[in-house]
Amino acid sequence: MSEEKKFRWVGTRPIRPDGIDKVTGRANYGADFALPGMLWGKVLRSPHAHARIVSIDTEKARTLEGVRAVITAQDLPDLFSEKARAQGGHHDMNDLAQNVMARGRVLYHGHALAAVAAVSSEIADRALGLIEVEYEPLPHVLDIEAATAEGGPLIHEDRVTQGVEASGPSNIAKRVEMGHGDTEEGFAEADIVIEREFTTSPVHQGYIEPHACLAQSASDGRTTLWCSSQGHFAMRDYTARLLGMDLSLLQVIPAEIGGGFGGKTTIYLEPLAVLLSRKAGRPVKMVMSREEVFRASGPVLGTRIKLKLGVRSDGVFTAGEATLHYEGGAFGGSSVMAGCMTVFAPYAFPHVRSIGYDVMVNKPKGAAYRAPGAPMAAFALETVVDEVAARLEVDPVDLRLRNAVKEGTLASFGPRYKRIGCVETLEALRDHPHYSAPLAANQGRGVALGFWFNAGLQSSAGVNLNPDGTVTVLSGNPDIGGSRASLAMMAAEEFGIHYDRVEVVVADTHSIGYTDVTGGSRVTFATGMAVIDAAAEVMRQLRERAAAVWEVDAEKVLWVDGEARLEGDDEREPLSLEKLARDAGRTGGPISGRAALTARGVGMGFGAHICDVEVDKETGRVEVVRYTAVQDAGRAIHPSYVEGQMQGGAVQGIGWALNEEYVFDADGKLENPGFLDYRIPVASDVPMIDTVIVEVPNPNHPYGVRGVGEVPIVPPIPAVVNAVHAATGVRYRDLPLSPPRVLKGMATPDAA
Amino acid sequence: MKRHVSAIIDDEPLEFLCDDGQTLLDVLRDVLHKTGTKEGCGTGDCGACSVQLNGRLVCACLVLAAEAEGARVDTVEGIAAEGELHPLQRRFLEQAALQCGVCTPGFLVAAKALLERNNDPSEEEVRYWLAGNLCRCTGYDKIVRSVLDAAADLRGETA
Repeated sequence: MSEEKKFRWVGTRPIRPDGIDKVTGRANYGADFALPGMLWGKVLRSPHAHARIVSIDTEKARTLEGVRAVITAQDLPDLFSEKARAQGGHHDMNDLAQNVMARGRVLYHGHALAAVAAVSSEIADRALGLIEVEYEPLPHVLDIEAATAEGGPLIHEDRVTQGVEASGPSNIAKRVEMGHGDTEEGFAEADIVIEREFTTSPVHQGYIEPHACLAQSASDGRTTLWCSSQGHFAMRDYTARLLGMDLSLLQVIPAEIGGGFGGKTTIYLEPLAVLLSRKAGRPVKMVMSREEVFRASGPVLGTRIKLKLGVRSDGVFTAGEATLHYEGGAFGGSSVMAGCMTVFAPYAFPHVRSIGYDVMVNKPKGAAYRAPGAPMAAFALETVVDEVAARLEVDPVDLRLRNAVKEGTLASFGPRYKRIGCVETLEALRDHPHYSAPLAANQGRGVALGFWFNAGLQSSAGVNLNPDGTVTVLSGNPDIGGSRASLAMMAAEEFGIHYDRVEVVVADTHSIGYTDVTGGSRVTFATGMAVIDAAAEVMRQLRERAAAVWEVDAEKVLWVDGEARLEGDDEREPLSLEKLARDAGRTGGPISGRAALTARGVGMGFGAHICDVEVDKETGRVEVVRYTAVQDAGRAIHPSYVEGQMQGGAVQGIGWALNEEYVFDADGKLENPGFLDYRIPVASDVPMIDTVIVEVPNPNHPYGVRGVGEVPIVPPIPAVVNAVHAATGVRYRDLPLSPPRVLKGMATPDAA
Repeated sequence: MKRHVSAIIDDEPLEFLCDDGQTLLDVLRDVLHKTGTKEGCGTGDCGACSVQLNGRLVCACLVLAAEAEGARVDTVEGIAAEGELHPLQRRFLEQAALQCGVCTPGFLVAAKALLERNNDPSEEEVRYWLAGNLCRCTGYDKIVRSVLDAAADLRGETA
C-alpha cells in the first residue's frame, strides 16, 4: 500500500452507527432483555475461602412458593475425562465447569454452589436463604508466599506443576521460561547491575455493566441466550460444551456490552441460566449484583516480580533477568506467560531470560485484563530503567531510545520484529512540549514505555448489497468501543461510497461465521480485514454484472468511487452502485459477499506516556496534574476512538497505580466489593489526557492498522511511579501508591 | 399489598404498582420497561441510574418507587425532545464521548442537571459535578469536553 494513498473516510471522525441508540437509552445491554413468563435466577455463593461442602439441602428452597427450579453441581454433566479447550479460548473446561458451580469444595469467597429461579427476584433471594449448606472449613492460602511455602496447604492435592519434570503436588500450576543468550555473561559485561523486587495487588477490570443474561430453553433442547459479552461465539462454545450440547442448538444473541476489558471473555451465569430455564421450562434472567461482580468475576490477581538489569556505562543494556510470580486464583491460569513475554520486549538485549510461575491461591479465578500480564511487568522494568537513567545521569527517553527495539531486533520473546514504531513513538514523546514544560513545587515527571502484541485470531464478516445501493456489513464481534464505526468506514472506503450508506450489524451465532472474541485489540485489525475481503468479493460480482451489461470481459471493468467504469473508455456512462443494486435481480440475483479468515501479520504496538504528579507531602495524596499518551496506531481509522482507547487505558492504569486494590481479611473474605471502597478514578481525579497518534503503518494490513486497545494500559503504572519518585525522591515498588504507603515511603526513604 | 403510584415520567403521565421496598430504578426498568436508565451498582456509587426527580439529580437505585407519587421523573429517554437531540447528546456523539455507552445515560442526565443550574461551568466544575458518575472506558476527557461544548451551544456561542 502506498503511503500517499488518499483516503476519503479513513482518518476522519464520523458519528458511530450505534451512537443515537446509545445517547437516547434505546441500546439494549445484557440486563435490558425481558420475555413473557420470565423467571429471575440468583446464585448462592460461598462465605468461605476454602471449605469442603459436606451437604447441600435445597428442599426448603425448592418448596418455597414461587420457586421454579433449584440447581447445584449435580445438575451439571460430569466433568470431562480429558481436558478440553473451547475453540479460540484459553480456559480449561474442567476448571471452567468447577468455577461456575463448585463441586465438593468451595475454593474462594464468592464461589457459586447453587442457583435458583423464581417468579420474582425477591423470592429468588429468599430461596437462597433457605438453602442449607454444611461446610467443613479447610486451610486456605491467600498469597504467593503462603501458596509456595514448604508444607503449606494444597488447593488441589492432585495437581502438579506443568513445565517441571517430576513435580510433586503443588500450588504452582505452571512454570514457564524463555529468553536467549547467557545472562551471566551479560551481567559480567555490565558496569551497573540493578536488582529489585516489586509487588502488585489484585485489581478488577471495573466494567460498569454487571454480567447479565437471559436464557430460553425449549423442551427439544434448542436454546436461545441473550447476553452481554466480548464474544458471543465464545459464550456459545463454553456454555454448550460445558452442558454437553451441540453448538448448533445454542443460539447466542449479542447484547450491547457495557465494558469488558478482558473480563467478559468467559462464562459465569450463562450455563446456570440455561440449566435453570431447561429445568423450569421458562425463560430465566440472571444479573450479577456489583458485589458478585467483585467477588466472583474478573479479577487480575496479585503479582511479585524480581527483575535484574545490566547496563554498560554508555547506557547499553547487556542483560535482563526476571522471575515473575502471578496469582491465577483457585485454578491457576494467570497471565504470567504474557508477563514473561512482554517484560523485556521494548528493548534489545543480547542476553535475556524470564521465568514465570502461575500460582494458585484461594481467590476468584483470574480473568484477562487489557494487555494481560504486561502492566505489572512494565512497572518492574520501566522503574528500573528510570533508576538506571538517574544513576547514569542521562535523559530517560534518550536511554530508552538507545536500547529501543526496531525492525530486525531479536525480540526477548523469540521472533525478530517486523516494521514497528517503537523509536518513532519515543521520538514523538521526546518532542512533545509536555516533556520540556516546567514543573511546580512538589511536582515530578515520569515517563514509561509499553509494549503489547495485539492479536489476530479468527474473524468472519458478511457484506450484503441492498436493492437501493446501501450496504449492510455483518460482523461477529460485539462493539465495545466504536468498532461498528471503523468497520463501516473501511467498507465505505473500499466501495467508494458515503459512510452513511453503510450499516453495521453485530450478527448472532446463527447468522455469521465463527468469530473470536472482541479482545486482543483485534477487531478493527482482523475483522476489518474480513470486511475488506467481503467487500472485495461484492465488488468482484459488481464488475461481473457491469461486464455482462456491457458485453465485455470482467477484467475490463474497474471499480472506482462507487461505480463501474469501462477501462480505457471515458465516453461510456459508468454504472453506479445504485443502478447495479437495483438491477441485480435481473442480472444474476442478489449480491453479497462473505469472508472468513485467521488474521496473520498482526502489527505489534508501542506506547509511551508522560505523567506529571503533585504530591501532598502532609497527606501522601498523589494527584496527576498533566498526562500525555503517545502511541503507534499503525493507521488510525477513526482517530477519536483511537484517542479514546489511549485516554481510557491511561486512566485505568492511573487507578491501578494510585488507588485500586482488593482488600482481603485474614479469612480470605473480600472486604471492599463495591465501588465506594474499591475506588476507580472519577472525573475529578484526573486531568485531560493529551494524545499523540503516531502512524507507522503495519505492512500486513491493507490500511496499515495495528491494534490499539491494550497498549495504553501498559505504560501508566511506571509513568506514575517514576513521577512520584521525581517528586519525592522515593522509589516505590509496591502498588497501589495510596496515601498511607506514600507517607510511609517518605518517612523511611529507600537508600536506592 | 402493592402501592399505586402516579407520576409524570419523561413528560408522560404513568401509573404503576410497586412494593414498598421497591426502588424507582427497579420500577423504571422492570415494571415500566424503560431500560434506558442503567444499573451499575445498586448502591448509589456509579451514577449509571441518574435521573431527575422533580428537577433534583438522584440515583434511581436510592429512591423508593413510592417516592415518585405525584412527582416528575426525567430520564435519559426524555432528553431528546420530540426526536431532536439535545446539544449534550449531539456533542457526545461528535466527540466520541462514549465507548461502551452503558454509563452514557447517567452522564447525560447528570450533565443536563448541571447545565440547567450553570450554563457556563468551568472544567473543574464539570469534573466535580460528574464525580458521582463512573466511566471506565473514556478516561473522562471527551465527556468533559462534550459538556463544555454543549454548554457553549446552550449559551448560543457556537454555530
